[in-house]
Amino acid sequence: MTFVSGINEQIIMGNNTCFHCGLDATSSTIIFDDKSFCCNGCKTVYEIFSANDLTCYYDLQQAPGATPKDIEGKYNFLDNTKIVEQLLEFNNDDTQIVTLYIPHIHCSSCIWILENLNKLNPSISTSIVNFGKKNVRITFNSESLTLKNLVALLSSIGYEPFISLDDYSVGKKHVDRSLIYKLGIAGFAFGNVMFLSFPEYFQVDGFWIEKYKHLFRWLMFFFSLPVVFYSAQDYFVSAFKGLRSKILNIDVPIALGVLVLFVRSTTEIIFDAGSGFFDSLTGLIFFLLLGKFFQQKTYTFLSFERDYKSYFPIGITKITAAGEEESIQVYDIKKGDRLLIRNEELIPVDCVLIKGTAHIDYSFVTGESKMVSKQSGDKLFAGGKQLDGSIEVDVLKSVEQSYLTQLWSNDVFKKDKAQSFTNITNSISKRFTIAILSIALIATSFWLLTDSSKALNVFTSVLIIACPCAIALSAPFTFGNILRILGKKKFYLKNASVIEQLAKINTIIFDKTGTITANKETSINYEGTQLSLDEENLLKSTLRGSNHPLSRSLYSILNKHDILTLDTYEEFLGKGIEAKYKDHNIKIGSAPFVGHTSDTATLNTTVHVSTNNQYKGKFTFYNAYRKGISQLFNILKKEYDLVILSGDNAGERDNLTKLLPTKTKLLFNQKPEDKLEYIKYHQNEGARVLMVGDGLNDAGALAQSDVGIAISENVNIFSPACDAILDASKFKQLFNYIKISKSAIKIIKWSFVLSFIYNIIGLYFAVTGQLAPVVAAILMPLSSISIVAFTTIATNIIGKGLDTD
Amino acid sequence: MSVIYVLLAISIIVAVGFFIAFIMAVKKGQYDDSYTPSVRMLFEDELVKDNSNKTILTKKD
Repeated sequence: MTFVSGINEQIIMGNNTCFHCGLDATSSTIIFDDKSFCCNGCKTVYEIFSANDLTCYYDLQQAPGATPKDIEGKYNFLDNTKIVEQLLEFNNDDTQIVTLYIPHIHCSSCIWILENLNKLNPSISTSIVNFGKKNVRITFNSESLTLKNLVALLSSIGYEPFISLDDYSVGKKHVDRSLIYKLGIAGFAFGNVMFLSFPEYFQVDGFWIEKYKHLFRWLMFFFSLPVVFYSAQDYFVSAFKGLRSKILNIDVPIALGVLVLFVRSTTEIIFDAGSGFFDSLTGLIFFLLLGKFFQQKTYTFLSFERDYKSYFPIGITKITAAGEEESIQVYDIKKGDRLLIRNEELIPVDCVLIKGTAHIDYSFVTGESKMVSKQSGDKLFAGGKQLDGSIEVDVLKSVEQSYLTQLWSNDVFKKDKAQSFTNITNSISKRFTIAILSIALIATSFWLLTDSSKALNVFTSVLIIACPCAIALSAPFTFGNILRILGKKKFYLKNASVIEQLAKINTIIFDKTGTITANKETSINYEGTQLSLDEENLLKSTLRGSNHPLSRSLYSILNKHDILTLDTYEEFLGKGIEAKYKDHNIKIGSAPFVGHTSDTATLNTTVHVSTNNQYKGKFTFYNAYRKGISQLFNILKKEYDLVILSGDNAGERDNLTKLLPTKTKLLFNQKPEDKLEYIKYHQNEGARVLMVGDGLNDAGALAQSDVGIAISENVNIFSPACDAILDASKFKQLFNYIKISKSAIKIIKWSFVLSFIYNIIGLYFAVTGQLAPVVAAILMPLSSISIVAFTTIATNIIGKGLDTD
Repeated sequence: MSVIYVLLAISIIVAVGFFIAFIMAVKKGQYDDSYTPSVRMLFEDELVKDNSNKTILTKKD
């Protein structure tokens, strides 16, 4: 028999859910204050809150909490003053400030309780939550409350902070706000210059304008100074860099236009030849910066730059030669050290197991949540998480030299993808710049022959009117809007250039485990002697009491039965459950626990069952393939080469060939470096590769590929460095997302056509020598605004198409 | 001295004043988090009474 079930499915049944965390509380008997709780942990949090008049927490949002986890000994490294000093943002005698990342922050209740921390402990003076970044900035007095106790306090109310090696090395983060300043200055100057130019637009004749126009003009000049020299400086720098490396990027004509506008306007007002073009100048830069700002959509709660440091702990417990425990910094671990790895701790280095039984979860590395048992003397690799009690290990390699972390020494992680590729705007700008310069020269030489007094005027006019404001705006507004639309559909892109890259790919490579298989969905297979009705009844009743994920998923797939009240029930951590009902005894758990010795070492997760000390059989858990995977591959195969690169053995080959189109390449036993090399090789052959992966083992491949997409079951937890993060529930939409990026390129090409039309109109005025400031002041905003309107409407229309799927 | 100079001076001073206020707001990080303040402003009345004398620290069972 095979069943499919969702482990995380919550059963919402009136009063039978935990008042604190909302989980199923049917099987628990913990009642406090007429409220039911799923466990003592949740009840304790409620007690803390109610004793401190903080029960408003439950009014703002229903069941907002999380079950507090046991952190005994986990934060012992916070006793190490060197580590604490690195984490503190500010450290003075009696005032300490720390910013802690708390993944559980998810609703208004969270903000409220975390900002009222001072009610729980008077040593905390203020705490400020940043909801987007999921962090809280706490000011406290470390004389009466150490950082370790603060972390313990947060953990005890279910808000355990996440402290990783990343916090240690980054130090004080600097926020770059220069774009907002530049935009603010340009907007301020633009508005004021517009007011000051109005009198001359309407050509008010007579004494009044003659008297004041000089004042107005010089005021405009002073307003435009910070715009040209501060707000626009990026364009000059970029144009200069482009020219030096012999590339005519879009910033070259922009910088040229700005320069000519400023110089001509200034000479005009000095020699009283006209009012200048300060209005167009400031407006141009304001609109350009606005486009830049709009394109800069960032997802503060996501990080696209994570490497192993975000996963690794800062400190670890070392056992000294004298047998004492000492907290040391992870970078200080040396070969030959003896380390103590506690329950739920991550192994930071390659090592050999010395003492204790290891149950290692390598899901950080492989993306697959499967427990591996290891015996004393076995080698353990960095990145695994110990799940069952403490173990002692001997270090084989330092952090940087461990198997997993070595991957990051590859050059591919030092390369910036965006720089090695010409975007659509820059590719058109080359031809555009050459065309404009030739028009300017031809027009000037024509006027030199006919009326030489107008020649210089025409030359500058052409450069002014041809300043490619509308062209430069097309891409930022289109991509910015697409970025937002895709973000709403749970496809988070790192930046706009990813859209262009995505439109160009021709090969798609998938990782297997965790990418095309789902972690949440499991299919379970039973092998062994058929269970009698009584036995099945007992099995279901026993599983009901267990919170272990395997028990829960097994429980949910068994048929409904009468619930028996068990005589005895006992759970052995990491081994299994034993229960008794009348004269029936049942054991559920690992093979040795149920007394089954002849277990052939399988690679899959299994749960064994025995009744009355007689072995019955085992349930094997398989990761199910994501829904709609066949359809997705069948659509994709028409346009793309498809490859599966799996780190697993070839056991699933038969299943995959049945499921996927025949021309899909299947490669197994691929190490992280192999994946990277495979992509590199095919890129040299001309392939443009989209890599879809999930674990840290795909990190090299994601960085090497043209576009690396990380699949994530929960975007709030970690995913490796990549160009885009795709929520697993939207996996089958992948083709539509690629299609959208192709439409985006089409929209940009159409808006180029539109802006050329404006340029031709403007050029007519320019080459005939009749460009008045008012014409430029109308044409420039008009073209910009219509381009923005066109791209926004067009992208929203193609975005609408997504909803119907 | 025409009134226009006075008016211009006033208008520019007011504009520059607002501009400085904007720069200061950005500098202080007011635009860094655009979501949390919108929730926070609704909290003011939630606390029933201020129990500053009573403290229950990390309570373990």
